[in-house]
Amino acid sequence: MSDRARRMPRRHVPPWARFVARRLAAGLVVVWGTLTVTFFALHLAPGDIVDGLIGPGAAATPALRDQVIAENGLDDPLLVQYGRELAQLASGGLGWSYQLNEPIERLLGSQLGPTVELAVSALVTALVLAVLAAVLTAGRGRAVRGAAGLAELLMVSMPSFWLGIILLTVFSYRLHALPSIGADGPAALVLPTLALALPLAGVLAQVIRQELESADGRPFVLTARSRGLGATAVLLRHTLRHALLPLTTLAGFVLGSLFGGAVLVENIFTRPGLGRVLANAVGSRDLPVVSALVVISSAAFVVINTLVDVLHPLIDPRLREGGTA
Amino acid sequence: MSTVTALLDRPAAATRRGTLLRSPARLAPLVLLAAVALVLVFPGVFATHAPEATDVAAALRPPGAGHWLGTDQLGRDVWSRLVHGTRLSLLIAVGATLIGVGGGALLGLVAGCGGRHVDFALMRVVDVLLGFPELLLALLVVALLGGGTVNVAIAIGIAGVPNYARLVRGQARLVLRSEYVEAARVLGVPVWRSVLRHVLPNVGGPLVVLASIGLGSAIISGSGLSVLGLGPVPPEADWGSMVADGKDFLQTAWWISIAPGLAVSVVVVCTTLIGRSMQLRAVR
Amino acid sequence: MTTTTEATAAQATAGDAGATVPGPLVRVEGLRVSFPGSPRPAVDGVSLAVGPGECVALVGESGSGKSVTSRSLIGLAGTRARVSARTLEVAGADAAGFGERQWRAVRGRRIAVVFQDALTALDPLRTVGAEIAEAARLGGTAGPDVDARVVELLTAVGVPEPEARRTQHPHQLSGGLRQRALIASALAADAPLLIADEPTTALDAIVQAQILALLGRLKAEGRGLLLVSHDLAVVAQLADRVLVLRRGEVVESGPVGRVLSAPEHPYTRMLLDAVPSGRPPARPAQAPRKAPGSEAPDTEAPDTEDVAPVLTGRGLVKSFAPDGPRALDGVGFTLRAGEALGVVGESGSGKSTLARVAMGLSRPDAGEVLLHGRPWSALPERRRRAERPAIQFVQQDPYASADPRFTVARIIGEALPGLRRAERARRCAELLDQVGLPAELLSRRPHQLSGGQRQRVAIARALAGRPQVLVCDEPVSALDVSVQAQVLELLDRLRRERGIALLFITHDLAVVRQVADRVLIMRGGSVVEEGETERIFEAPAHPYTRALLDAVLRLPGAGGARGADVTGRDDPEQDTEHVAGQDGEHVTKWET
Repeated sequence: MSDRARRMPRRHVPPWARFVARRLAAGLVVVWGTLTVTFFALHLAPGDIVDGLIGPGAAATPALRDQVIAENGLDDPLLVQYGRELAQLASGGLGWSYQLNEPIERLLGSQLGPTVELAVSALVTALVLAVLAAVLTAGRGRAVRGAAGLAELLMVSMPSFWLGIILLTVFSYRLHALPSIGADGPAALVLPTLALALPLAGVLAQVIRQELESADGRPFVLTARSRGLGATAVLLRHTLRHALLPLTTLAGFVLGSLFGGAVLVENIFTRPGLGRVLANAVGSRDLPVVSALVVISSAAFVVINTLVDVLHPLIDPRLREGGTA
Repeated sequence: MSTVTALLDRPAAATRRGTLLRSPARLAPLVLLAAVALVLVFPGVFATHAPEATDVAAALRPPGAGHWLGTDQLGRDVWSRLVHGTRLSLLIAVGATLIGVGGGALLGLVAGCGGRHVDFALMRVVDVLLGFPELLLALLVVALLGGGTVNVAIAIGIAGVPNYARLVRGQARLVLRSEYVEAARVLGVPVWRSVLRHVLPNVGGPLVVLASIGLGSAIISGSGLSVLGLGPVPPEADWGSMVADGKDFLQTAWWISIAPGLAVSVVVVCTTLIGRSMQLRAVR
Repeated sequence: MTTTTEATAAQATAGDAGATVPGPLVRVEGLRVSFPGSPRPAVDGVSLAVGPGECVALVGESGSGKSVTSRSLIGLAGTRARVSARTLEVAGADAAGFGERQWRAVRGRRIAVVFQDALTALDPLRTVGAEIAEAARLGGTAGPDVDARVVELLTAVGVPEPEARRTQHPHQLSGGLRQRALIASALAADAPLLIADEPTTALDAIVQAQILALLGRLKAEGRGLLLVSHDLAVVAQLADRVLVLRRGEVVESGPVGRVLSAPEHPYTRMLLDAVPSGRPPARPAQAPRKAPGSEAPDTEAPDTEDVAPVLTGRGLVKSFAPDGPRALDGVGFTLRAGEALGVVGESGSGKSTLARVAMGLSRPDAGEVLLHGRPWSALPERRRRAERPAIQFVQQDPYASADPRFTVARIIGEALPGLRRAERARRCAELLDQVGLPAELLSRRPHQLSGGQRQRVAIARALAGRPQVLVCDEPVSALDVSVQAQVLELLDRLRRERGIALLFITHDLAVVRQVADRVLIMRGGSVVEEGETERIFEAPAHPYTRALLDAVLRLPGAGGARGADVTGRDDPEQDTEHVAGQDGEHVTKWET
């Protein structure tokens, strides 16, 4: 192996590795851009940066002001501060919340779990519901497709906070079937998951159904049917795979709507989590926390999109490079 | 948050003629939106009470004869508040959409029709902005500018810019690379004239469609920010802040929150339906 | 045609088949297929029967109902289709009341189908082996034997290295190999009847001849073949009997020899006349042409060398990636006033790149193009713009080359800048008249025109600036044959009457023989042979030219000693190998 490595010049990195590296590098640029935008927006925004960092929630005594200026080196030129922020981030530090009096990385670390739990369960629910709905309704008669289309439209148009409120009213306060607040145990996860998953399922079901129906007219489906394959087998072996392909490109959108939805759903259901941290931080103008969350979420975006770019050729052989004749 | 706009990226949506879009279904959302517009312009005609009039004796009354949609914790008439909240809700959404479309069209056209380097630089900026979830971007702007009606509209508008920019840029490139622009070039037509003659009209259609669908998601985003308590400052109220008001009384007075949420949903369904039928007509 | 004569014809053919074999593999009488919402049935009263070892062809232009007919025979006309027939028999069984379950038993095992383009007709996400295996399993091959069966099938259709090929995806195979793989999947359940729906339409001529030979071999082995095609030349190679369809009705049917040599119905005659015959066209004069402005060309010495060239290319080189393959590799040409120069090549030969470089739409890496002896390709775009009207472009797809929002008046008007409204309208109508279209079309939009009308509009637009050169890139290959002939005639008339020089790029040798005075044969970015059209066709010097000519299909009695003898030749080793090109086009390496 080492012998081989020595004989092969550096240029002979496998194409996929070079591809991944390129995508990651592009992603890093995006994160860096996000950080830069956030930093300068924060520092050039109207109002005193010292007040901005402290926020209205904490008492801005002259002593605290001096402390903030000293700790953040606010007397230094902007570019020096910017460089320091980059260095701090590179070492894993996210800054300090003066309002909560806590290092931000610890604050976020403690809130990450519930949000991830909610997002993952909502994602799985949405996918299952969407695939089921699409498979059961694609290519059916007008009545079925019309009803499915209407249901999808309603789910897409309902704000997740309103859906949450309806679920709360019906299942918690009327039927007393499920808990209304908190994050203890699986039962508390059911309603927030639905509130977050249903609008997403509406979108995904529409996309999958359209793909299934357009795939149905493609020549390879006709070929498969002409060799005696039944409609269900065609769906499972051929068209479903084609219909799921474009979902990967929606991954970034899905992540965004999960996180954006979590902000509201966690608020409605009074669940702990990053979404509530963010809502509270925006409400109290705790800028260090907001900017840390922005940078983290853009990093999550980059990771997801890179993953999609890497996975895409694995799913679709036509995208693989170096096809040999 | 922008669940509805994501669908527009998918051209397949345009080729399918929806079973929902037979003529009555195409007419109904227009009629409904016209009614909403009337309510917006003449709220006094439709309201039964003054929206701010409190009546502690009549607090938390369920929907009934005196109060069609019940009263809130201060005894204010929910229907009348809903009627008066229409203006703020829609103004935020329309303002945000205009900001988004304007900024996006400008950015997208310059990127799409400009040289390779201009395009590269601008699209990297758009990439960075697209890297934020839309609500997060809006929240960042609100965090910087503070809450309130105008700031919420600006925030949602800015958050929408990257989406519109990407559409316009993609469409512009598509048209510029089309064989008919090439045919124009072969005839000796200068590029700037092709941009005016072919690119602009062909970009305009999809942009209007996206904007009408984007209006729906702007309403959802705006009311979402209000639910978080970042929207209009009381006593002013849009539908989102009404939802927030009623949130703590769900156990006893569900109607306070359900009614404004329903209003949001109905308007979004209408704008989405209108957007989609425009989309279908554009394809036809 | 009346129903009674059809029925008689069908009975006669059924009787023919019955003389040699137990019964027809499929027999249908009075087939009628309609779709809700369309005023007339897609298929109306079609009767046919196919026996073992015989080939029946359904011929017609787009919209004739030939594909709907063939799909009705396997119950796949579509869920919305209403299918009825007096008789519908598959393998002796009455299929009129078949449900989905019974149709599935027919598909693949009794009747198998080969569709047009294996790139889309095979699932692009699966390997060709998986596709063939799926068909084999449906045909009853048991689990452990499937792999062996796949290899056996691939070998049977002449795919070399079947073990390696079956693990590849359709896009990794050349056009010919993947079409063979598609045929292998159709053979997997050993169906006695094969429906071939435009089986060679997506292929280059040389590969087409090979695939037809393969189909001919399957027929010789005793399979029945229902060939669906728009191409009478393809039909002539394989079919025993022909049904000519037009708007869902059979206008003529009979033995292939009779129908093609002595057609009774005017529509059949028109189709036959429209097939570029490959015969030297009857043209008044070969060369030289009247140059624009020259009063009496006949008094001049009839030496082409004396007419000044309007467009010249010298040593043109173009590649789309720094170290990529060269789409053009030292190509030169000379085009004189009133002359038609044909550029012939298969896909990936660089002929379209040549068109774009000649048009000044793409800058050559080396070499240059001269217009009237002055620099053209070397000019900056700004200076080229003023001269552009002199050299115009006619593209393959007239639909894509017109702004879909524009009316015909605006499309043509774009080529007439600086005119007043009334004057512009007059000129537009005049230009439409010159291409044989009525002025009423001025207010139409592209989607309201037929394919031929659109191409004429594109030509009218090109004529607006009184060009001296028309570069035509496959101008008729998107059109039905009957329309093709009309557009070719129009182009030839413009050349004769106005002395417009034509640079005519095509893959179709028959078309080029009809149009061109001289021909360049291109392959892999280079010119392999150049000369007078008749000389090239009668005495080709380069082996590749000979191979191209050999692959041209002829109608019986169409003359010319050359013609593909498809029954004997099926040599997959000669298949073209394709390499993904840098410019998105496929570069074809032809191996001798």
